[in-house]
Parts: sequence; structure tokens; C-alpha cells
Amino acid sequence: MTDQTAAGGVVLAADGTPLKASLNRALRRNRIRAVMLVAPLLLFILFSFLIPIFDMTFRSVDNWHVGTLMPKTSAALAGWDGKDIPEEPVFVALVADLQAGAKSRQIGKVGTRLNYEKSGLRGMITSSARKSKRLKEGPYKAKVLKMHKKWRDLETWAVIKRNTAPYTIGYYLNAVDMKYGQTGEIVMQPENRRIYGKLFIRTFAISLAITVICVILAYPISFLLATLPLRYSNLLMIFVLLPFWTSLLVRTTAWIAMLQSQGVLNDLFVFFGLVDDENRLQLIHNLTGTIIAMTHILLPFMVLPLYSVMKTIPPTYMRAALSLGANPVVAFVRVYMPQTLSGIGAGSVLVFILSIGYYITPALVGGTDGTLISNQIAYHMQSSLNWGLAGALGAILLASVLALYLLYNRIVGIDNMRLG
Amino acid sequence: MSDASDTLVKFESVQKSYDGETLVVKDFNLDVARGEFVTMLGPSGSGKTTCLMMLAGFEPATHGEIYLDGVPINNVPPHKRGIGMVFQNYALFPHMTVAENLAFPLQVRNMGKSEISEKVNGALDMVRLGGFGDRRPAQLSGGQQQRVAVARALVFRPQLVLMDEPLGALDKNLREEMQYEIKHIHEDLQVTMVYVTHDQSEALTMSNRIAVFDDGIVQQLAPPDELYEKPLNAFVAGFIGENNRLFGEVKAIDGDFCQVELEGGGGMVKALSVNVDGVGSRTTLSLRPERATIGAAQGESTNSLEAKVEELIYLGDHIRSRVSLSGNDEFIVKVPNSHGHVHLKEGEITQIGWEAEDCRALDA
Ligand SMILES: Nc1ncnc2c1ncn2[C@@H]1O[C@H](COP(=O)(O)OP(=O)(O)O)[C@@H](O)[C@H]1O
Ligand SMILES: [Mg+2]
Repeated sequence: MTDQTAAGGVVLAADGTPLKASLNRALRRNRIRAVMLVAPLLLFILFSFLIPIFDMTFRSVDNWHVGTLMPKTSAALAGWDGKDIPEEPVFVALVADLQAGAKSRQIGKVGTRLNYEKSGLRGMITSSARKSKRLKEGPYKAKVLKMHKKWRDLETWAVIKRNTAPYTIGYYLNAVDMKYGQTGEIVMQPENRRIYGKLFIRTFAISLAITVICVILAYPISFLLATLPLRYSNLLMIFVLLPFWTSLLVRTTAWIAMLQSQGVLNDLFVFFGLVDDENRLQLIHNLTGTIIAMTHILLPFMVLPLYSVMKTIPPTYMRAALSLGANPVVAFVRVYMPQTLSGIGAGSVLVFILSIGYYITPALVGGTDGTLISNQIAYHMQSSLNWGLAGALGAILLASVLALYLLYNRIVGIDNMRLG
Repeated sequence: MSDASDTLVKFESVQKSYDGETLVVKDFNLDVARGEFVTMLGPSGSGKTTCLMMLAGFEPATHGEIYLDGVPINNVPPHKRGIGMVFQNYALFPHMTVAENLAFPLQVRNMGKSEISEKVNGALDMVRLGGFGDRRPAQLSGGQQQRVAVARALVFRPQLVLMDEPLGALDKNLREEMQYEIKHIHEDLQVTMVYVTHDQSEALTMSNRIAVFDDGIVQQLAPPDELYEKPLNAFVAGFIGENNRLFGEVKAIDGDFCQVELEGGGGMVKALSVNVDGVGSRTTLSLRPERATIGAAQGESTNSLEAKVEELIYLGDHIRSRVSLSGNDEFIVKVPNSHGHVHLKEGEITQIGWEAEDCRALDA
């Protein structure tokens, strides 16, 4: 066994090839094998997760409608200074675009897009497109201005010109309760139209509340689970996992039966005289209902990481602390609890992130003041079909979760997080 | 054990059962004098840890009373007993630095900051770990962790320190080094120590007295030399040191001695009558390998038997010879590698001799 070293100091393998290259070749097989093993999952994640996320995020800034469907108008407006209603050439282009759009039946999309920025513009575009079919010759300016009063509004033209750009931050402004003002500056929405900011704050507050409640409820259970003899702890574990094995819908409807004003809980309260029959508590279809039902569903996600961390803490630590003279409370707080922090962190991150995006339970039991941001996203996806706004709301949610995650990593360290 | 005020720990017919069916500790009695180093030695599962846990207060005694400094402590919770304890896996708090670990018992006693840091540094110096205060336990080697655990159990100056197989996880060299270190600490601080181990050489090295445990009872409580040289029963003889056993029947008892007929057809031998039930009972003869002489001429020793050399192992200072004698082919004789010693060959027939005082007739 002699080392072979070439002139340049490169170590050579027995056949004279550089050792590095030789090693790489040997490792390549392993690497290919590893890639093959994860490939199915990677593909699945790519198509079911990454591509949809990119698509929705792209939609939140995509602004193709005006530029693509009204190309002539867009070009003609490029040189407009915004000080006055545009001149005849713009109207020539506009009429051509409206006629083409009416013929291809695509013009409605422009209307819908412009309507997000300023209400009433969809009506203006669709009616004008219909009427434009009858316009045979110019000059068009006066005729178009007569078609709809909004054409005579300078702001309408500002909106159109702004949206000739291929990308927009309009959806994001909308998602944080802002909008463009009359002269194109960014302003807050009027007080009565600010909804998303409040909803974001409510979502975070509810998620935080649920996380805190979960920690408080899960800590003693996990402690019991980790310290009880196996035979009892297994039984207890089944009770903890039971919610996992029941359908989400069944559980949620069970809570409706339990909590509604003629439900089991209220009947019991009345029976024991805690509340009188006329003033039954409103426990469901509001914030309370959302918090109760979601805590129930998410509790196992707190119990499991806590349990797995507590399971690894030998009882000798507590005994050592006691033998050193600490009373049981001090020993628990100073010796036991700090060692469970990684479990609390892991469970909290899990529960918080899950509840931030929770959808079905708040939709069923949340009423009006118990719905979360995800319910609004679903509404814009399914009912209003404003996918751009849905994408913007979703992207903000995603970004804030990632930010929290990074914050957690900075403070606690993700390596310290133990899930099982 | 002269006077009652010298007794720090007293176990009085203590029994312990975990399941209500079997007694793990049966009728345990032990007095530990102030400043003494007492070791509980016994095979795994013999109830040593259980006794220690009862003393520390982590397990209640099923029956009997334990006294600390003359006060019954069965109803005193562990944190009020003021007993330092070193656990087998050290139980150093992983989220605290070494210094914080040492400061913990002082903080819970509401000591002042400057006094704490002074005592912590003193304790670290005592175990030769000055400068390691800022490390986490996980950043220390096994031996260093061990020393921190010892320092932590001593830093609040308890009158009694318990150690449950504290050296079990260390390798041989380190273990021997730590044995001396703990022994020296004990001598310097004059603290009373109750030590648990299953390693007899550790027990012999360190202790003033050793309680040999088996089957939930103390088989013998004696200083190391007495335990080795004067075992009271076959278990102790077999557990401490190397031991040759021969079985036989007591034929006659004559004062301190008895005549025993060996079972393997070896004939009659004379032995010290230590623990026999009388004429006609079965007995175990116990003989230390270094007390038998090989190649002795007939009549030179009290007992002399014919033996066949089965195996010779050269160990430098002595030659370990395995012979078969009276049907026992595991009989060991140590031949010192001295000038002019007998040279044996495997398969050779020779004579093995020993004195009656060295051969103890014990229970069967
Ligand atoms: N917490 C416990 N519950 C039930 N049985 C136990 C417990 N601790 C020890 N035992 C039993 O008691 C016996 C003595 O154990 P222990 O005191 O740990 O022995 P040692 O320390 O001498 O090895 C063993 O048979 C063990 O199985
Ligand atoms: Mg033990």
C-alpha cells in the first residue's frame, strides 16, 4: 500500500486517475439510488404542491387582461399625460379594441379586472362594447363619451392606463385594505371597507389563543402519558388519538350538537341552574365555537411532540433536583420544564401553522365572527372568482408563516425541534 | 460503632415490596457511623438501589424504620433530608452549565450570589475542573461528568452522600482513578458515604465496611480484609475474590475444626468449622487459590490430595494452574513465579496441599 501522488500534489488512485474523481464515481451510484428513491414523492410534491403555489402566487401579480385584450388602446395611452380626457386617436384605438373584444366575447374579462380597482367599470366596459358594434365611423370621442358617464371621468382613464402594465400590486393592496387613490397614490380603503387586515389579525389572535390553550391542556396529559406505566399510557394514548381516527366532518358536527343553544352542554347548564332557560349561552357559530372545535382537533398535534420529548427525560433528573434540596415545584419548573421546551416549541409551531390555515371547522362552526382568513380565500376562489386576490391573500399568509418559522429558528433553533 | 451518637444512619428491620407479593428487601439492618464509608455490594437485582432509594426518600419502606442522625425519616420528603446523591448516569441537568448545575443546590437554599460563586469554584477545584464552569455537561467526557456529579452532591456540604454505581459507565483505567479520587475526597471532607456497587474490587478498594447483599438480605457486614479472609457463608466466599469450592459431608466436629468427607471421592479433609449444621450435614469447603500449595510432599500440610494438572496459564508473576481434584476440575492453584518453583506439565499427576485454618467449612 503506497500512496501515489502526481506532480501537482493530487492524490491518485491505484489506476492513476485522481482520487477525487475516482471517489466521485464511486459515490455517484449511491447518489442516483437516493434520487430514485425520493423521485416519486418529489414529482408528487411538484405537481400537487409547488406548481399550484407558484401558479397562485403568479396570479396575484399577473395583470395580462388590459394589455392583451385592448392592445391598441394600451399603445395609444402610452403617451397620455393624464391631465385631461385623451384625444381622438385613443378613442379610435378604444373602439377597435371594444369591437374586437365584443366579437371574441373576451371583453368581459377586462371589465371584471377593472371593476376590482373601481366599481362600476365592468358595466361601463360591457355596455360600451355592446354599443360599439353600431359605431361605423369617427370621430369617436364624442360618441364614446356619450355611451357611459364614466368615460367622462378622468379616474377611469387613470385606472385603464395603470392596468396596461403586465404586472400589478393591486391585489396585494386590496389584500391589506389599501387601494390607489384618484391621482394614483396609494391610500387606505375607507373605514367600512377594511376587512382583510382585521381578518388577518383575528386569524393570528385565534391561532395564538388555540396554541396557548393546547399547551395548557396538553402539558399535563403528556406528562401523565410519559410517566404512567405502559399499560395505562397506551390506553390514554388511544383516547388522545381518537380525534385523529374520526372524520373531521363528524367531529365538527358533533360539536354543533354539543354546543348549540338547544344542545347537550346548554341543557346541562340549564339543568344545573348555571344559566336560565331564556339566556342559553351562544357557544357555536361564533368565535367560541371556532376556538373550542379547533382546539379539540389540534390537541393531538401538541400532545405527540410533547409526549415524545417527555418520554426521553429520565425520572432521575427530578430525583436529582429533589435530592439537591429543591422542593417539588421548584424542581419541576427549573429542571423538568426547561427540558420540555423543544417539545413545546415543536407543538406550538405545528398547531399555530395548522390553525392559521384552518378552513373547514371555522366555515362550519364559525358564524360571522369566527371565520378566518382561509375562509375568505376560499370565498374568492369559489364564489367571487377573484383568484388574483385569493392568490395575494394566500401569499401573504404563506409569507407570514415562513417569517414565523424563521423567527422560531432564530430563537429556539429548528434543530432543537423534536416531533417524535 | 462504639456509641449511639456516632451513628448517622440506622436501618431497623426494613422491608420493601414493590408489588405486594415478593419482598425485594427482607429485614435489612445497618448502622453507618459518622464519617464512615460503607459499601453495599451485591449482584444486580439484589436490592441495593432500592435500599439507597429508601434512604434518599424516593421509595417508601414497606416496613421498618430508617433513622438519620437519630431521627426517624420515613415521613420526611426527599428535599428536606439534606442527603447528597450521585446517580449512575450522573443526572447532570443538560440545560444548565456545569457552574449552574453546582449552583443549583445553593440557590434553592437561598444563598447569596458571592457565596455561591465562591463555593462553586471551590467545588470545581476540588474535583480538578476549575475553568470548566461554562461548559455544558454534554461537552464533557464521561470522567469529567462524573466528577461534576460528585462535586454537585458535595457542594452543599451534606452530612451524608449516597452513590449508586457512580463509576459503572467508565472504562477500567478511569474507574480506578476515580475510585482513589472519591476515596481521597471522603478522607479530606470526613463526609459519611454510602456507596453501591456490584464490583467487588471497587468495594474492597474504597470502603471501611462492606455489606454484601444477596436475595434481599445482608449476607455479611465486615471490613474488606475480614470479608475476604473470613467469609461467613458460601455466597460471600464465592462473591468476593477467587475461591475454590469442594462439597462434602461433615463427619465429625472437634472444637473449631471439623472432618469432612469429600463428595468427589477425594477422601477426608480437615477444615475450620465456620458455618456447619452439625455432624451429617452437607457443607461447602472454601479455599483461596493462593493458600494451596502444589507439588507438596505428603505430610507437609494438614491436607494433601492427589490432583491432575489440566491447564497452565502463564501470567508473569504467577502461573495459574487448573487442576482436577476430587471430581472438581475447576480447582485453581496459583504457583508463584519464584526462584526454584515447581515446574509442571499438563496431564501430570501431583499433590495439592493446604492447611486446615485456610479451608473454611461453610453452608451448602
Ligand atoms: N420501581 C420498581 N418497581 C418494581 N420493581 C422494582 C422497581 N425497582 C426495582 N425493582 C425490582 O426490585 C429488585 C431489586 O432491584 P434493585 O434495587 O434495582 O437492585 P440492584 O440495584 O441491586 O440491582 C429487582 O428484582 C427489580 O426488578
Ligand atoms: Mg441498581
